[in-house]
Amino acid sequence: MDLMEYQAKKLFAKHGVAVTEGVVVETAEEARKAAEEMGFCVVKAQVKAGGRGKAGGVKLAKTADEAFEHASNILGMEIKGLKVNRVLIAPATPPVEEYYFSFLLDRSNRQYLCIASVEGGVEIEEVAKTNPDAVKKIGIDPGTGVDEAKAREIATECGFPEPVFEQAVSMIQSLYTVFTEEDATLVEVNPLARLEGDKLEALDGKVSLDENASEVRHEDHEQFVIRDEEDPLEAKAKDKGLNYVKLDGQVGIIGNGAGLVMSTLDVVAYAGEAHGGVKPANFLDIGGGANAQVMADGLDVILNDEQVKSVFVNVFGGITACDEVAKGIVGALDILGNEATKPLVVRLDGNNVDLGRQILSEANHPLVTIVDTMDGGADKAAELANA
Amino acid sequence: MSIYLNKDSKVIVQGITGGMGAKHTALMLDSGAQIVGGVNARKAGTTVTHKDHEGNDVTLPVFGTVEEAMKETGADVSVLFVPPAFTKAAAIEAIDAEMPLIVVITEGVPVQDTAEVWSYLQGKATRMIGPNCPGIITPGESLAGITPHTITGKGPVGLVSKSGTLTYQMMYELKDFGFSTAIGIGGDPIVGTTHIDALEAFEKDDETKVIVMIGEIGGDAEERAAAYIKENISKPVVGYVAGFTAPEGKTMGHAGAIVSGSAGTAQAKKEALEAAGVKVGKTPSETAALAREILQSL
Repeated sequence: MDLMEYQAKKLFAKHGVAVTEGVVVETAEEARKAAEEMGFCVVKAQVKAGGRGKAGGVKLAKTADEAFEHASNILGMEIKGLKVNRVLIAPATPPVEEYYFSFLLDRSNRQYLCIASVEGGVEIEEVAKTNPDAVKKIGIDPGTGVDEAKAREIATECGFPEPVFEQAVSMIQSLYTVFTEEDATLVEVNPLARLEGDKLEALDGKVSLDENASEVRHEDHEQFVIRDEEDPLEAKAKDKGLNYVKLDGQVGIIGNGAGLVMSTLDVVAYAGEAHGGVKPANFLDIGGGANAQVMADGLDVILNDEQVKSVFVNVFGGITACDEVAKGIVGALDILGNEATKPLVVRLDGNNVDLGRQILSEANHPLVTIVDTMDGGADKAAELANA
Repeated sequence: MSIYLNKDSKVIVQGITGGMGAKHTALMLDSGAQIVGGVNARKAGTTVTHKDHEGNDVTLPVFGTVEEAMKETGADVSVLFVPPAFTKAAAIEAIDAEMPLIVVITEGVPVQDTAEVWSYLQGKATRMIGPNCPGIITPGESLAGITPHTITGKGPVGLVSKSGTLTYQMMYELKDFGFSTAIGIGGDPIVGTTHIDALEAFEKDDETKVIVMIGEIGGDAEERAAAYIKENISKPVVGYVAGFTAPEGKTMGHAGAIVSGSAGTAQAKKEALEAAGVKVGKTPSETAALAREILQSL
């Protein structure tokens, strides 16, 4: 789960990272009120996307009226396709110098990685291209982590200047605490600013949390889920415990196992090339269960997607036998009754496939087409979506 | 021959008394695997009873620790069906006991737990498969995991895959040839055994004539495997990559299946594999057809 800037800053503050949290507001009027108390401030769009400044989503305001005006313009604007519903009002603290600092999960090396540079903050990607040596990459052993000695080593390697060096050592440890205590996969400060008076502060923050860990040991992470920022269908699916991702196509997809479902999306997209360019409408993995209720919940979500014209159910019976899956489909159509209105293409294969197909044939539901292969099913579903 | 697991493997189950553990202990016994006991600290001294593949009752002892289970049974493989919150501790216990192979089936393990286990494992005697994987099957010999043993039997195909259901799908498509070993390495961002480990083992395994490698979006494991294949693998490799239509920044079911910026795309993986001389199928069935072609020419 990616956090918004103001949420990341909340976690920074919790673990002792020097940061000014500011105030999050949803209307221009509230922005004015916040700015009245703050004076010279910055109005920042809160969306989960980079490049907010370049998109016009970050503005300085000298007066409360200016803050009102900027907030009016920024609220409702779209940044990389995301609508801005909230702005952060924070005291404007122009940096003397900007640095970049992050901890992240290094999948390739199966450890953690610190990436940092004192040669620039928000322009870090440019620095990485023109002066790659200025961007330091330091591996962290998850077994030993970052203690004061390691933090000192990192600060030295990065070359933090003497006036802020000790602050950097302390902040590196605090940021590592955010990374481990909150089970993050990314903790990024950009820019990490040296302010007037040689004060080091995190002016912006980005945090991604490991959802597996949130599930297991961070009940409080629930506070970071913002319902109105979620796709309504994804939110509905989540409520039902379904593993669903909304996409922008016409063929609804249900399958079992993440790999097989991803593969099904691809096969449908290929098949769609011959049928007016129709595309998969979603990812939905119903896992090993595939009983009637799970199938009904899945179909319910997909059939509520107005773009969907047909549905492809692609199940391989491994542990779960195909007759169980077939009963699940028949049962789901019973549960949905008149709610089920779009054609369903069903491909079953694997354990007890003959019995499964027989159950579907005997049910003889007018919406259901039984197919033999995954490729054939994708083709049929694409054809029906293009009809 | 086979890799990592054979008919002599003695398997214990950590979490043998839980729902998943009990269900799959029964299925593993049904496959003919030598399941010799289980571990649950709170139920030490009790037994569980299941049927073996001939329908006879088998009574298995439940031990308090992995160490004790190994001492009493000579187990050399442990399969973990332990809830995600306790997986790290269970894995470390098995590593401390010097269990040669641990297979972590559990889905939903916090990735930092896995990172710590991986760090702890360095220089130790244990190989870890998983987490979040279907485990490993050497058809006709043994099963340590949840792969259905009824799909196919022994044969010349070695399979390594990030995905469980695509493993089953591929075994089914090539069931008339059979498999030396099929290993599901798991869909998490960090796993104990990689495509490269399995490729290296299949290269050395006389029984394996063709290797099928299944990847998916996220990370760079497939790109690294491609580089490894180019330098080190003489056997024919057929590949498949899932997730061409996955949008950037969305996790597609598996915790590790995510395209980040321009990194981890299916297209990049496919191109890397093809550049290494791997034939890559566009769909699972096309991939099976490519493998079939090679198998028929042997």
